[in-house]
Amino acid sequence: MRCSLNLLLPVIILAAPAVALAQSQPRFNVGTPLSQQEIKSFDFMIGLEGKELPPGHGSPKEGAAVFAKRCQVCHGLNGEGGVVRRLVLGSPGNPHRGTFKQDEKSALSYYPHAVVVWDYINRAMPASNPGSLTPDEVYSVVAFLFYRNGIIQETDVMDAKTLPKVEMPNRNGFVPAVPVYPPEPKPSWW
Amino acid sequence: MESNGSGRRRFLKQAAALAGVAAGAGAGAEWAARGQSAGSSVKSEVQPNDAHIHGDERRGVRRNISHITYFTPLQDYAGIITPASLHFVQLHTSYFPVIDAQQHRLTIHGMVDRPLSFSVDDLKRLPSVSRIHFVECQANGNPQGHDNGTEYTGLPVQYVWGMMSCSEWTGVPLSVLLNEAGVQPGASWVVSEGAEAGKWSHTIPLAKAVDDCIVAYGQNGESLRPEQGYPLRLLVPGWEGLNNVKYLKHIKVVDHFLDPSGVNHATIARADLGGKYRWYHFQWGPKSVITRPSGGMAMPGKGYVQITGLAWSGGGAVRKVDVSTDGGKTWKEAKLQAPVLPKAHTRFTFDWAWDGEEAVIVSRCTDDQGEVQPSIAELYRNWGISDEAAKKPVRGQHYNAMQPWRVARDGSVHNAMFS
Repeated sequence: MRCSLNLLLPVIILAAPAVALAQSQPRFNVGTPLSQQEIKSFDFMIGLEGKELPPGHGSPKEGAAVFAKRCQVCHGLNGEGGVVRRLVLGSPGNPHRGTFKQDEKSALSYYPHAVVVWDYINRAMPASNPGSLTPDEVYSVVAFLFYRNGIIQETDVMDAKTLPKVEMPNRNGFVPAVPVYPPEPKPSWW
Repeated sequence: MESNGSGRRRFLKQAAALAGVAAGAGAGAEWAARGQSAGSSVKSEVQPNDAHIHGDERRGVRRNISHITYFTPLQDYAGIITPASLHFVQLHTSYFPVIDAQQHRLTIHGMVDRPLSFSVDDLKRLPSVSRIHFVECQANGNPQGHDNGTEYTGLPVQYVWGMMSCSEWTGVPLSVLLNEAGVQPGASWVVSEGAEAGKWSHTIPLAKAVDDCIVAYGQNGESLRPEQGYPLRLLVPGWEGLNNVKYLKHIKVVDHFLDPSGVNHATIARADLGGKYRWYHFQWGPKSVITRPSGGMAMPGKGYVQITGLAWSGGGAVRKVDVSTDGGKTWKEAKLQAPVLPKAHTRFTFDWAWDGEEAVIVSRCTDDQGEVQPSIAELYRNWGISDEAAKKPVRGQHYNAMQPWRVARDGSVHNAMFS
C-alpha cells in the first residue's frame, strides 16, 4: 500500500532519487514499531542549531567547580592540558585568531559549532563515566571552557537559547562551511 | 573533545609514551626498530579474545587514557582477507563493551513513516549480503607517523599503514531497513550511534546509506567480535573508517547535517583553500603500499625476490598497479591476484631481481574511475603545501600518497617517505 502510494508522487521521488531507490524495494514487515515516548527516551542527538537542547543552564563560575571535580584530572588545570591535550587556547577576553598549530587543534576554539561541544561532553564525558553529568553540569562546563577560551564573558549563562548563538571564533575556518554531498566543488585531492 | 576528537589521531610519539606508562615497559624505539620480528612488550590493558594466538601484544597501543589502537601486521600476511583477530581496532573507550545480543535493539527513527526497532534475530530474518570490503582509519598513513627525525625511524609498515584491514562482512543492506521504516521526502542525512559508553556517532548522506551500506552482524564467517562492534556495526564501504559505527544502536534519518562526536576536524590548513581547513572528507582515493619487502625488514639476499603489497580505492575496483624499483623514474605493471573487488584490498605481486645496489621501491594504484595515486609531492602540491614545508612530516588526515621504501646495500629496508 505504502509503495503504491509513493508511486503516485513522482515529483517527490524525482526530487529525492535516493529515497526513490530505497522505496522501490519490497517490504518485509519485520521489526517492532517504536512509540514517540520510546524515541524520546533515547534520542539525544542534537543538530548544529541546537533545537533539541534540553532545559538547564550553567555559568562559567559553576563550571569551574564541576571541571575541577570531574575533568581536571585528565584535561589539566583550567583545561590547559594534562594527560590529554589542551581544551583551552587564548585567554579570557582574548580568543585565538588565525591558524592553529598541530597541538592546538584540540582546543575548543578550533571547533566551528558551539552546540557540538555540548553534545559531545554530554554523550562521551567524563571518559570514566560518560553520561553521568546532568544537563546543568554540561551547560556549566561548556560555559567555563568557552570563558577560558575567550569566547564568552564570565557573566554569560549558557542554556538552550544562548548556547546556539555563541559565535565560535573559527566558525569560518572550514571548507565547506557545512558538509555537502556530493562534495561541491570536488576536492582537488580527497 | 579530546579523547574522541583530534586526540584520537594522536600520533605515535605520544602514544608510545603512554603505552609505556600503561604497560610499565619501554616502548617506542624498541618495537619500532625490531619490525616484523618484534617481541616488544608494548601492550594495553585490553586484548582481543584470542590475542595470544597471534602474538598480539605487539599490536596494541594505548593512545591516550580513553583510546586504544591495534595495528594490523600487514607485513606478515598474504592474500586480501584480514583474520578477525588481526583486524585493526580503534576503540573509543578504555574497554570492549559487553553487550547482550538478546537484549540489543537497533532503532530507526527520525524522518521515517514507521519508526522501528529490530532485534538481532529480526535482522537475521531479512535478506542478507556478504561482501568483501576494506575498512581504513582516516588517520592511516598519517605523515607524522613516518617521521624520520625521531626514534621511530624505520617504523614497520604495520605501524604506518596498519590501521586498515579487509574482511568479508555479512549483514542486511541498510537500504532494506530504511525501506522497512519508509524514509520521508526531504530526508538527506543519516546519523548512526553506537551503544558503547561514549555513544560514538557519525553522519552519512542518505544517498550513500541506500547505495551500499550494510548493517553487519558477521565478519569472515563468524559473528562480529567484541572489538569489532558485536553484535552489530555499520559498514560504509570505501569511506573513512570513522563512518563505520560499531555497537550500532540508533539510526536517525534527518534533513540536516549533524556532528555529534565532533570529529573530522583535525586536518591540515591548506593554502589552496585560503588557509582554511578541509573537513568532512568522505571517500578514500586510490591507494597502495608494498608490504614486503618493507620498512624494518632485511632483504634475503641478491637475486630474485617477489615484491608484494595491497592496493585499494574507495571509488571502486583497482584497475592496475605500477611498481618502480628506481624511486619512480621508471614503472612496470604489477600482476593483480584475483579476486579484484570494488572497495576491497587487492593483492599485487611483482617479480624483481635485486642487484645488491641501493634501490627505492614504490607502488602506484590506478582505480577503475581513472584516478591515480599521487606521489607525496603531488599530493602536497594539490593541497597547497609548499615544497619546503612538505619536507617535514605534518600531521594529516585522508592521506593517500605513494609509499617509497629504500633498500640499502646492506639489505636493510627503510621508510623513504621523507628522505
